[in-house]
Amino acid sequence: MARLSEENVARAHEMIARYPVPKSALIPLLHVAQEQDGYVANDAMEHIAELVGVTAAEVVGTCTFYEMFKRHPVGTYVLNICTNIACQLLGGEELLAHAEERLGIRAGATTDDKMFTIEDVECIAACTEAPCLQVNYRYYGRIDPDRLDQMIEELRAGTGIAAEIPVHGTLAQTLQHLPEGQGDDIIHPDLITEAPVWFRSDEPEEATTGGAA
Amino acid sequence: MIGPGDNGYLAHAAGFVLRDGPKVVTSRFEYEDSFTMERYLATGGYDAIKTALTRTPESIHGEVRDAVLLGRGGAGFPAGVKWGFCPDDVWPRYLVVNGDESEPGTYKDRLLMERDPHQLIEGCLLACYAVGLSQCFLYVRGEMALAQERIAQALNEAYAAGLVGKNINGSEVSIDIVLHWGAGAYIVGEETALIESLEGNRGMPRLKPPFFPAAIGLYGQPTIVNNVETLANLPWIITNGADAYKQMGSETSPGTRMFAVSGHVKRPGVYEAEQGVTTFRDLIYGDDFCQGMRDGNDLKMFIPGGGSAPWFFEEQLDLPLEAKPVGAAGSMLGSGAIVIMDHTTDAVKACLRVVRFFSRESCGKCTPCREGTNWLETVLQRVLDGHGRPSDLDMLLDIGNNISPGPYPTAAHESEGLEAVPFPPKQTTICPLGPSAVAPLTSALRRFRHEFEAKIVQRDLIPVSAEPAPVAAAPDHGGGH
Ligand SMILES: Cc1cc2nc3c(=O)[nH]c(=O)nc-3n(C[C@H](O)[C@H](O)[C@H](O)COP(=O)(O)O)c2cc1C
Ligand code: SF4
Ligand code: FES
Repeated sequence: MARLSEENVARAHEMIARYPVPKSALIPLLHVAQEQDGYVANDAMEHIAELVGVTAAEVVGTCTFYEMFKRHPVGTYVLNICTNIACQLLGGEELLAHAEERLGIRAGATTDDKMFTIEDVECIAACTEAPCLQVNYRYYGRIDPDRLDQMIEELRAGTGIAAEIPVHGTLAQTLQHLPEGQGDDIIHPDLITEAPVWFRSDEPEEATTGGAA
Repeated sequence: MIGPGDNGYLAHAAGFVLRDGPKVVTSRFEYEDSFTMERYLATGGYDAIKTALTRTPESIHGEVRDAVLLGRGGAGFPAGVKWGFCPDDVWPRYLVVNGDESEPGTYKDRLLMERDPHQLIEGCLLACYAVGLSQCFLYVRGEMALAQERIAQALNEAYAAGLVGKNINGSEVSIDIVLHWGAGAYIVGEETALIESLEGNRGMPRLKPPFFPAAIGLYGQPTIVNNVETLANLPWIITNGADAYKQMGSETSPGTRMFAVSGHVKRPGVYEAEQGVTTFRDLIYGDDFCQGMRDGNDLKMFIPGGGSAPWFFEEQLDLPLEAKPVGAAGSMLGSGAIVIMDHTTDAVKACLRVVRFFSRESCGKCTPCREGTNWLETVLQRVLDGHGRPSDLDMLLDIGNNISPGPYPTAAHESEGLEAVPFPPKQTTICPLGPSAVAPLTSALRRFRHEFEAKIVQRDLIPVSAEPAPVAAAPDHGGGH
């Protein structure tokens, strides 16, 4: 679909400035693209390549390595159901099968109304809460088939848990912002040749005490 | 303050179980607002870095070395020793925080990031100050939206308070901490893959040795990679001293660790426990831990340190939670992930599930892992599905042997006269992911071969006729060629 919007270009510049080497911003920028369109569009990748100063092929190379990046539109809600060992032991696979049956699609697919995508995922670090799942990367633990049905109903109707889950693509809703005047030491490593000031001499007390005299 | 959810769980920190006993990294979890700057400051927060700034970097480094703080990411290497590996005269040096937690069964770094982000940030500052690192990148797993939000919020607050960034607390020390996040790939947890990923590349490990990240890491500069929990220990150690730290735990594994105990126990949960003096039995059966097996079932096997760890059984229950004895007994404490399986568990199914994980997550850079893990999965799947062949079990072991040659680490099985093979495994691969796929296989096959064989004996035979199948007649195209 689209190149990055003006607002997202501003965000992109802010992100790129936080790294000594611009290419480091690639993954966060691909997330911005995914947040904008719900998936990572080819135009967006070309745009990111221009912003970062690498080839579009390099952006595609990075993008395709990571599971969270979708190259095609997916559902508004992506249900990631964990079937790894701790969840398998307590019914994760049965939960996945139930979701597949209920939505009439296999893991990896999206419903015709574009509301839901199901994924069969690896451990999501909530093993003590098995069986567990994420909806657009928000955690829900100790889920049984009835609760899953209820969650699907709520998401369809826009009630209950729908209120706490942004649409697919939006990850963190609070972002880091460096305050004015901060971050100018973040420069290319070739431009730094010395130890940081506090690390330069071995007779430190004076050099390092700061406020503590 | 304590928000008791169901069964005494803290509703705001799902899975964490508060118990009596020393607390190093979870001391604020009982507060619902543990992630806020107010709570952190009200409970001694940022005192450690303020004290540290009045001491020399070397003395802070020394304190951590003396504390024998073992890395909590998996390999258990002492942090203070690793910090000493940076070459003397190469600048700048970087700190990369490994918050990619994705080892099957592991659940602790996410809690530390969501529940006490300031403690982690202060830990980063202490490491940076001690080793002369002026920039830190905090790499959080992509799927952890809340952890990313909490850390972003905490960093914004800490920058505003002058505790991170230029001239920390009015001193001449300046350290930037930048939040970075991934996009879903287990292998990125491996430290050199983490660095590749942070450089914006596909997350494939680099070959090491000869060069470890401490010598050549991010952008080719010296780089310290530490796990979230490792760094979260630092404020306590600097505030209370190495001696106090060593009062807890055992001599070779001092302090506490967070253990995630999951699976077939009555009260699965994340517990902070003293290393060395607590045993697996305590964790599984102790009243203030998991309270025993669900429904009074029998223990069949357990994973002592995450999906990469060879399995343990009844006989290993009394081992202490301590790196050395666990390694000698044939496995590892790894990432503090303990998965308990009762007698109802199908060993083949469980084994396949863990193998499938590694097969899916192999980055594909080296052949034994890329091809081998895939074949392990394929062959195990057909055994489970009832299409296994009698030669399959030896073939599985052979594939495993190509990834990790020699006797693979395993627990002893005394009644069968089998001795323990100590950890770690050998590898023909670039990183330990490939060999990890062999752990569930050899563990299950060594102990439960009969279960595999039973599935093969009962297989659905595909009928083979005595006559060779007739070659289909070529369709008649009506001539003309
Ligand atoms: C395949 C693989 C995955 C790993 N995943 C993680 C991880 O998710 N988190 C982590 O801290 N360490 C992980 N490690 C270990 C890291 O390579 C590294 O040893 C660790 O981050 C160092 O920190 P520590 O010394 O503080 O433990 C992984 C290692 C391998 C081989
Ligand atoms: S062992 Fe596997 S994951 Fe590790 S580098 Fe080789 S192919 Fe990649
Ligand atoms: S195994 Fe499902 S969250 Fe860890």
